Amino acid sequence: MTFLNEYAFYIGAFGLILIGLLTILLRHHLIKLIIGLSIMETGINLFLIAIGYISRGTAPIFPVDGGAGTVMVDPVPQALVLTAIVIGVAVLAMALGMAIRLHGHYGTLDMRRIKELKW
Amino acid sequence: MRVLLSLAVVAVLAAGIVTVLRDVPFGGNSSRLGSHFVENGREDTGAANIVTSVVLGYRGFDTLGEVTVLFVAAVGLGALLVAGEKNAPRKLEKASMVLTTGSRFLFPLILLFGAYIFIHGHLTPGGGFQGGAIIASGYLLVYLGSRDRRLGKNWAASIETGGGLTFVLLGLAGLTAAGHWFLSNFLPLGVPGQLLSAGIIPIIYVAIGLKVGVELTGVIDSLMGGTE
Repeated sequence: MTFLNEYAFYIGAFGLILIGLLTILLRHHLIKLIIGLSIMETGINLFLIAIGYISRGTAPIFPVDGGAGTVMVDPVPQALVLTAIVIGVAVLAMALGMAIRLHGHYGTLDMRRIKELKW
Repeated sequence: MRVLLSLAVVAVLAAGIVTVLRDVPFGGNSSRLGSHFVENGREDTGAANIVTSVVLGYRGFDTLGEVTVLFVAAVGLGALLVAGEKNAPRKLEKASMVLTTGSRFLFPLILLFGAYIFIHGHLTPGGGFQGGAIIASGYLLVYLGSRDRRLGKNWAASIETGGGLTFVLLGLAGLTAAGHWFLSNFLPLGVPGQLLSAGIIPIIYVAIGLKVGVELTGVIDSLMGGTE
């Protein structure tokens, strides 16, 4: 039980990262590659949030009555993840745009038919 | 062969991660930077939400870069998709009356909720980026449902420019008025926890919220291009 308590978030986060990596390595469909990229990004964000957790801490927001004495989790990883999510949206939008253009040019999204792009 | 090689790569990575993370206990974060922000953030920036005080107070310049990245991505996507071939407009079936009326009814409420999220960004969970995403989701609903509420090109461009300009001009005003550094807070901090507090942070978050909402709407617009 302590093992689960201590490592559940790490296992979940890195599980997502490895699943995303496997998706990118094994799939041929371009949209699925982009989905794999998204899954990886979610895992990285989850890991960053998990590493900023402090035992029995609350969200780093002060209530109106002051909130003296409450333990709060580290706000820095949360701010970084806020940035990372926005950048992730930008990357996702660009990737989907390029997928649309590739489909317009080649008529397919299968990476094996789009030459010299996939091992 | 490819499958085996991929699995081997992933297995090596997993083994490396396990050896590194075995010594990092969960919940035992002892970052001095984080505890400094939690202890002093409210007095330094006036924002009750410490994440906001980090994003816009301590690291405001970094957020300006983030907004720029999103702007470049939106513009780049537009260039990527609009400069290409004009695909013939597809024939689209009209949505049913329930869907059309429902999306029209929900649209202003979603906009209101988005505005609430970014106006209260320094007090509650949320902020400009989240509120902007909610506003864009309202436009997405309308695009999918009734397709009759579009953001005009001129409006979009002026809101976007205005948001970015507000951010930069407030930063420059902080540079000259307070004489400290770019984006330093020159307005009174007020009482933390009240709506009119935290100096320039709510103003910047409103600007960011409008700008991000318009940009994400533009992204949706480009990705759904040709569905007139």
